[in-house]
Amino acid sequence: MTAVLAEGLKKHYGETKALDGLDLEVPQGEIFGLLGPNGAGKTTAVKVMTTLASPTAGRAVIDGIDVTKNPKAVRTRIGLTGQYAAVEERLTGRENLELVGRYFHHKKSELKSRATELLHMFDLMEAADRPANTYSGGMRRRLDIAMSLVARPAILFLDEPTTGLDPRSRLGMWEFIARLGDEGTTVLLTTQYLEEADVLAKKIAVIDHGLKIAEGSADQLKDQIGGDKVRVTIVKPENIQRAKQAIVPFATGAVDQDPESAQTLTAPIHAGGGVVPNIIRGLDDAGVDVLDVEVRRPTLDDVFLVLTGRAAEERGQEEL
Amino acid sequence: MTATAAPSELDHKHHPDDIAGSTGLIGIITDSLTESGRHLRIIPRNIELLIFATIQPVMFVLLFSFVFGGSIQTPPGFTDYDQYLMPGIFAQTVVFGSAFTSIGIAEDMSKGFIDRLRSLPIAQSSVLIGRTLSDVVRNAITFVTMLLVAFLLGFRFEGSLLGALGATALLLFFSYGLSWVQALIGLSVSSVEAANSAGFIWMFPITFVSSAFIDTSNLQYAWLRTVADWNPFTQVTNAARALYNGNDPGDAVMTSILWAVGMIVLFAFLATRKFNQISD
Ligand SMILES: Nc1ncnc2c1ncn2[C@@H]1O[C@H](COP(=O)(O)OP(=O)(O)OP(=O)(O)O)[C@@H](O)[C@H]1O
Ligand SMILES: [Mg+2]
Repeated sequence: MTAVLAEGLKKHYGETKALDGLDLEVPQGEIFGLLGPNGAGKTTAVKVMTTLASPTAGRAVIDGIDVTKNPKAVRTRIGLTGQYAAVEERLTGRENLELVGRYFHHKKSELKSRATELLHMFDLMEAADRPANTYSGGMRRRLDIAMSLVARPAILFLDEPTTGLDPRSRLGMWEFIARLGDEGTTVLLTTQYLEEADVLAKKIAVIDHGLKIAEGSADQLKDQIGGDKVRVTIVKPENIQRAKQAIVPFATGAVDQDPESAQTLTAPIHAGGGVVPNIIRGLDDAGVDVLDVEVRRPTLDDVFLVLTGRAAEERGQEEL
Repeated sequence: MTATAAPSELDHKHHPDDIAGSTGLIGIITDSLTESGRHLRIIPRNIELLIFATIQPVMFVLLFSFVFGGSIQTPPGFTDYDQYLMPGIFAQTVVFGSAFTSIGIAEDMSKGFIDRLRSLPIAQSSVLIGRTLSDVVRNAITFVTMLLVAFLLGFRFEGSLLGALGATALLLFFSYGLSWVQALIGLSVSSVEAANSAGFIWMFPITFVSSAFIDTSNLQYAWLRTVADWNPFTQVTNAARALYNGNDPGDAVMTSILWAVGMIVLFAFLATRKFNQISD
């Protein structure tokens, strides 16, 4: 069954077309990534789908219910973690969680046990009885997500859950989100990082100017823009031709010599498919000594450059 | 969760009753109490705010009573100037207290908490009701502090205790009406800083061009006298002052109740409408 459906969704703010006909379909139980640069319309899409903003045109259907026709029923099925952590600073982590349970009219015993359960799940037990304003950014974000899960929503919306987190907290957060997906919660996640969508989401939609410009699995997207790039440096420059011939069978395009180094070759390869070990073996079989192999994965910037002809970064700035 | 359906069949008919979560009056009351509870719970934890919120009324009472005390003639019908002045200070402080509503709402908006609440299946009106109710409680606490200081300075209830209670209730009710004006302001401004000035600035003309500190007939311009006499804040001050001093308040009680009710009805409507359109 379709958990989230958007059809021709538009949201205009005066002249600004934050959403301009967005189509999305998220199957139940999947993690779906909505990828786009600053100002692409990610937050607006989330707001419309979570009943916070009404669409200018088109429709959004959550778990079978139209958001404009029965917003309250939609709210019983969703959890929302907005772009900025919305916790009550002066309440403790536990109190914040119990508070949400109270909004759902849970019984006292139920809201207490659910709070404890979530504190365990999000590794917040030690800080459970400290006010949230003493939490680190990562802890606060975890509490924020835990608060969205109190009533066990069928569908969770996460708006840029890792933006602003340090690399370690980001990795930790990925684990929590992946686990939610494993447990069968449908997750719609927005992000500016292709890598994040790649790690977490089964399917990704790239949006720009409120429109979907590409869709598919992370590997499909990367292939669409030329896949990963491998960069091989060999020990002896005189072996460069032999090395080239060894790499050709694994490349999806031309194998080029690096203009700045007589020992280095670059080649596009299929994303995420264990090609690199094969290349190393091939070089070994050809009797070429390898100094270094480096794989460069495309980023949102690369996707953008290919799909729109301009960098995501520039666009972001132009929006500011 | 039902079986797979084609997109066109997905729409449920709009059944207002087919809703889990809060519905009806009970829902509004329960959710409003939860919201109020959230605000009241953090009052004792915000020590800085608590200190300032206590100092302010104490300072007002001391300042006005010492500065104006000797310099102004006691109007007829009052045993001394403090008996005349204190109700004015009470009224002003309580009315100033309504500004907490706009600041609190702006804070909740800026930290995304309002969005969180709006995504929950609660009675949506409870967000504003809960906020305004908790601000009345906060105001009542301020009032008690102020009253204690006033008593230390020699202020007394000259009328009946019932009259004094009525006067207090009237002041708090009037301020509750203003809280709804402040709710609209809090929802309309884009930052906490803006709420801080937009919530306070109009309090000054309202409370000073009034009978809070002086007899309006002493004002130097006729038009200013007219404004002051028509000012609803003058009405509520006069009513409270008469009741605390055991005088006859005349129409002032009714007039101020009507003003408060009018403000509640009009601004609850406007603020609720604004609340429902936050992201539009
Ligand atoms: N309330 C609003 N009023 C006017 N314009 C708005 C409003 N909300 C969003 N916009 C505009 O709509 C566009 C999309 O904004 P949105 O916040 O959805 O982008 P985003 O993809 O979430 O960006 P970010 O990565 O910066 O969070 C932007 O140009 C933004 O300025
Ligand atoms: Mg955003």
